[in-house]
Amino acid sequence: MTRRVRGAFAVVLAAWGCAVTLQAGLTAGADAPPVVAPVPDLAPARLAETGLYVDGQAGAIDARNQPFTPQYVLWTDGLEKQRWVYLPPGEAIDATDEHAWEFPVGTRFWKQFSRQGRPVETRFSWRTASGWVFASYMWNEDGTDARRADEAGVPGVIEVAPGRGHSIPSQTDCTACHGTERPSPLGFTALQLSSDRDPHAVHGEAVTPGMVTLDTLVAEGRLPGARADLLTRPPRIRASDPETRAVLGYLASNCGACHNGRGEIAAFGPTIREADLVVDGDAVARALVGQRTKWQIPGVPDGESVLVAPGDPDASAVLVRMRSRRPSSQMPPLGTVVRDEAAVDLVTRWIARGRVP
Amino acid sequence: MARHTLTTGLLALGFVAFSGALTWHGLNAAPAVDRPAVELDAAAVERGAYLVKTMGCHDCHTPWTMGPRGPEPDMSRALTGHPADFVMPPPPPLPPGPWLWLGAATNTAFAGPWGVSFTANLTPDKETGLGNWTAETFIAMLKTGRHEGKGRAVLPPMPVQVYAELTEEDMRAVFAYLQSLAPVHNRVPQPIDPPEAGQ
Ligand code: HEC
Repeated sequence: MTRRVRGAFAVVLAAWGCAVTLQAGLTAGADAPPVVAPVPDLAPARLAETGLYVDGQAGAIDARNQPFTPQYVLWTDGLEKQRWVYLPPGEAIDATDEHAWEFPVGTRFWKQFSRQGRPVETRFSWRTASGWVFASYMWNEDGTDARRADEAGVPGVIEVAPGRGHSIPSQTDCTACHGTERPSPLGFTALQLSSDRDPHAVHGEAVTPGMVTLDTLVAEGRLPGARADLLTRPPRIRASDPETRAVLGYLASNCGACHNGRGEIAAFGPTIREADLVVDGDAVARALVGQRTKWQIPGVPDGESVLVAPGDPDASAVLVRMRSRRPSSQMPPLGTVVRDEAAVDLVTRWIARGRVP
Repeated sequence: MARHTLTTGLLALGFVAFSGALTWHGLNAAPAVDRPAVELDAAAVERGAYLVKTMGCHDCHTPWTMGPRGPEPDMSRALTGHPADFVMPPPPPLPPGPWLWLGAATNTAFAGPWGVSFTANLTPDKETGLGNWTAETFIAMLKTGRHEGKGRAVLPPMPVQVYAELTEEDMRAVFAYLQSLAPVHNRVPQPIDPPEAGQ
């Protein structure tokens, strides 16, 4: 009896596996690079099976996977990054909500982290019929193959500073940043791909030919729901001076994934949303001034710690926590073990000048 | 053996005292305090009270004192966490050997390889307790093992990995009960990182 049940289960599983491979292949277009997923909603065991490469072997990137670079990048301890997106042919992104794009089933994103040219980790997000699947792949020493990392993550895979290691996030850490109730990819938004790029963005990268931008998406007819003047009035952080704009852009990509006024920590800390920044960035900046924080700055009288104290960098919790890379106080709390000196310099200058627009 | 019986007896006594304290809170705290905005479901609160009693929350989140019969939880400070006015000196270094961690007399502060951790104020005080939490924050904290469900790792000896096995319904019940308590202002110190944590 038990054996029969198990046998039947195995058959169902096998059929299920086929269905998924087939489904991914179909939604992706007849000649798209297939995802070889053994079980629905489980990412393939090897990176080469996610459809990133031409012939299913780590090597040449399939031309249908297009590179892109967000204007405000997330700090990841100075590791080099490459990003690609695959959008199923003929399918559109629902861009009705400019700040919460809905991607078609079959969409895939990859982000690869390298150090001195050697790949270390590649993260993979995949939109399936039932939602987003997140996985991370760890490269071998020779950079010839990457396998799905353990669910619990892998600490210290490569040294990024003396005695400090880059860790591959666990499955629960993936959702800590990408969200639980409405998970989504990060860094691929109208603002991030806007042609009105911020020349002062911290660690800003150049857009090179062949990259996906807001313009290429519109040209390809991928954003049918978007407003008509999206390209003539592209999204931009509205701030009264360039420094404030760059600070807000940095905070949006490095803090805003969690501090977005929604979900588990809606009531704690700052709220930094793209939707607000493109309307009135100055107001978002002003809201940080004098806002009490439960986390206490050492040495500041009990209950008086605030996010931003104009003119006083050391009394501004946002900056104190950006400077820290001690577990109890650092921000962001995960994904980095080395502080971002360029960003710390910018935010220190911005607070020290003593006026927030 | 005899000692074991004695301990059990003491524990039982503790629980009796505890239910007494609860009734007291329930009867007296209502008008004066700022009640949580959420509607609390009475059945969930009752289930949560039972779970909190039986899952050891008081062991660490209620400060212990030395009573006439040995250490016992001080139920006048039930679930308020490490007392802000009980300032701990730096932990003494441990001699080489198998002893790994130290605990405060209150059983609310612990030193070990993770640094020093202090148990949280579980009452719904907005500034120093769980007053700004939602059930989602609490569930995410237990499931991810991260501070407020998103931040740094929750430190030992908080048994998150044990409570992560609760059903979501029971997690909600525990939270509902904690939100039904009278808010107590007690700002627990932030954890102290181990010396090798750097910058
Ligand atoms: C063995 C001791 C111990 C027990 C038992 C225990 N806790 Fe904790 N708890 C701690 C410590 C220590 C911390 C502080 C950890 C930190 O700062 O990272 C903590 C922190 C917390 C926090 C705050 C987490 C955060 O996001 O910072 C909550 C909520 C909590 N405990 C609830 C409970 C509940 C509910 C129970 C019973 C079901 C319980 N604890 C039982 C030791 C304990």
